Amino acid sequence: MSVWARHQVFEKNSIILVVGILLVIAIGGLVEITPLFYLKSTIEKVEGMRPYTPLELAGRNIYIREGCYLCHSQMVRPLRDEVERYGHYSLAAESMYDHPFQWGSKRTGPDLARVGGKYSDEWHVTHLKNPRAIVPQSIMPGYPFLAETELNAESIADHLRTNRTIGVPYSDEQIANAIADLKAQADPDNAGTDAFNKRYPKAVVRNFDNKGGNPTEMDALVAYLQMLGTLVDFKLYNEKANLR
Amino acid sequence: MTQGEAGLGALSAVCAFVFVFVAAKAADSAFAFHAMLFAAFSLWACFAIFNRYFSRPAELPPQEIDGRPNYNMGPIKFASAIAMFWGIAGFTVGLIIACQLAWPALNFDLPWISFGRLRPLHTSAVIFAFGGNVLIASSFYVVQKTCRVRLAGDLAPWFVVLGYNFFILVAGTGYLLGVTQSKEYAEPEWYADLWLTIVWVVYLLVFLVTVIKRKEPHIFVANWFFLAFIVTIAVLHLGNNPGLPVSFVGSKSYIAWGGVQDAMFQWWYGHNAVGFFLTAGFLAIMYYFVPKRCDRPIYSYRLSIIHFWALIFLYIWAGPHHLHYTALSDWAQTLGMTFSIMLWMPSWGGMINGLLTLSGAWDKLRTDPVLRMLVVSVAFYGMSTFEGPMMSIKVVNSLSHYTDWTIGHVHSGALGWVGFVSFGALYCLVPWLWNKKQLYSLKLVNWHFWISTLGIVLYISAMWVSGIMQGLMWRAYTALGFLEYSFIETVEAMHPFYVIRAAGGALFVIGSLIMAYNLWMTVRVGEEEVMSPVALQPAE
Repeated sequence: MSVWARHQVFEKNSIILVVGILLVIAIGGLVEITPLFYLKSTIEKVEGMRPYTPLELAGRNIYIREGCYLCHSQMVRPLRDEVERYGHYSLAAESMYDHPFQWGSKRTGPDLARVGGKYSDEWHVTHLKNPRAIVPQSIMPGYPFLAETELNAESIADHLRTNRTIGVPYSDEQIANAIADLKAQADPDNAGTDAFNKRYPKAVVRNFDNKGGNPTEMDALVAYLQMLGTLVDFKLYNEKANLR
Repeated sequence: MTQGEAGLGALSAVCAFVFVFVAAKAADSAFAFHAMLFAAFSLWACFAIFNRYFSRPAELPPQEIDGRPNYNMGPIKFASAIAMFWGIAGFTVGLIIACQLAWPALNFDLPWISFGRLRPLHTSAVIFAFGGNVLIASSFYVVQKTCRVRLAGDLAPWFVVLGYNFFILVAGTGYLLGVTQSKEYAEPEWYADLWLTIVWVVYLLVFLVTVIKRKEPHIFVANWFFLAFIVTIAVLHLGNNPGLPVSFVGSKSYIAWGGVQDAMFQWWYGHNAVGFFLTAGFLAIMYYFVPKRCDRPIYSYRLSIIHFWALIFLYIWAGPHHLHYTALSDWAQTLGMTFSIMLWMPSWGGMINGLLTLSGAWDKLRTDPVLRMLVVSVAFYGMSTFEGPMMSIKVVNSLSHYTDWTIGHVHSGALGWVGFVSFGALYCLVPWLWNKKQLYSLKLVNWHFWISTLGIVLYISAMWVSGIMQGLMWRAYTALGFLEYSFIETVEAMHPFYVIRAAGGALFVIGSLIMAYNLWMTVRVGEEEVMSPVALQPAE
């Protein structure tokens, strides 16, 4: 019997056809995705990665809400011009606590993987309110409403808890103090900043939007941007040991 | 009253109450709004079911009338009409965001209409709202005609069509309110995802049961592709979207996958949304509508068998080419590139099968602008499926990735292939569904064809130039070894091309308005097709 005649089993039995389709489409996904969960080489060994502070996490959610990822990548490729323009190429380890990932797929604006610390808070606040006030040729939308909107922080502990359930290593203490930590990070005069810095070593405490009162959405977003790409200590990073 | 009517009617009544309660308990205003939408939809569904029950004859419509299948065309009419509506809406939003990139003041500093929120609205409106409704309409039509039976289920087909469009409504309003999980082409949050899952399973059941009860021994080729599309989209949706809501009465959730694994899941999903939603589904349309329109059999049945299995096997591997040179492991990138290049072959196999179906009927291209639209769509398919594998080669990708070249590539596929094949299918379907002899005006189809083609050419050539230029400027060095251009200089250089692109998009919108007018007039004033009283005699 020829192959063509044998194929009739699919042409005449809908269930066999469906099973055939399922088997054929399963192979590629299984081969490409499953090993990423157990191959040790998938995520490099690095020093310095920590979960986001409550304020940074809230800022990240604003970044997602406004669709920043549609124009800004967070993935520096190991190409000469990118490393010179943006800094060390991105490591998988740097996004291991990212649910979801924010690597992006388009650079209508520049990559933001290492934007942390490159500009002052004031630069970011002015730029976010009106990008053309700082960069006249910019085509970025303005986000003046972020500075006017108080950050909704009530449920931030639940956000940390949800993240822990899906694998981000938040401690009980970090969850219990989430609201206090969120306020402390945006207010250097806050009594809780020392405790905050113990829970999140090296995290920056500043009044990001330079306004008094409760943290705004601008505080959160700028805190997130100022942290991007600053966690991994590249002095201690062993490139050779992580060659893949 | 049937069990289905009683059950679904009661269920929607209960849901209406539950959702009002949920809205009252909601953790955020967007979720409250969506809960109220769900409540309103449930209430309306309950009303519609009972209204239908009281106004319909005691007996449900028969499966056959005089030995001929009594085809169920109502849900298909609805899906075709609303596809046209969503198409115009989606193209228009595309035009708006194209203008925002050329003239950023058009963002008006408002959250709801800024580029970042409108862009997912555009992609979802054209892919899922326009494309999805065309696929549901054509799959329900083709499966009935080629199986020679009435569509399975009584309320189920309506549930699929209305439920799917309700999903679109929830997703679209969510984007404007900032509800998104930020996974491209899978932005809707967890509750919209759950609702889509239910709708999609019913869609699969309606389609599959119709195939199972067919009167023809063979399952027609187009139905293989429709089945692969429905089954695979279900798998992709479930694989990419598992997450945990922060609160069961709040909109925000966190995706279960993280970092590099999430990236791989996302582009496994993302590329196969292209492969199975925008390719396999529309290839099914090609396999039915092209032979039908030019009145010739498919060029090669064996080629269609090879085309089918090779295409669905190879496509699923291609995802990692969206992640070249990223932190994804090299072995996965290499696999993705290899399979993407191999994918060129079945893609062109399908294109050849579609184009050569016109053997002996090429003259019809001169007289039938609808057939021309279908054929040009296949030609665009061939072009994009050559460009795609080329861009998946790592060195090419190092230049093209992150630039407008990708946008141009997507739109040559989306406008040229998916758009034109959908237009062709709708131009065929509307007279068939509303029992009209022909379209209101072939001349207007001709105008639509040329205006849209000009729009596409402007669009993709502008994006090629701007993308390649941007890629080259990013990596340009001066003689002293410094980067030659700052980032903002590359943004500035793209302005003229953004204007040209917007002009191309405007032409495409104008074309779709002409189409909507033509279809509307076909339904309103088109000449009725008189059904021949004599059943066709089989050949002796």
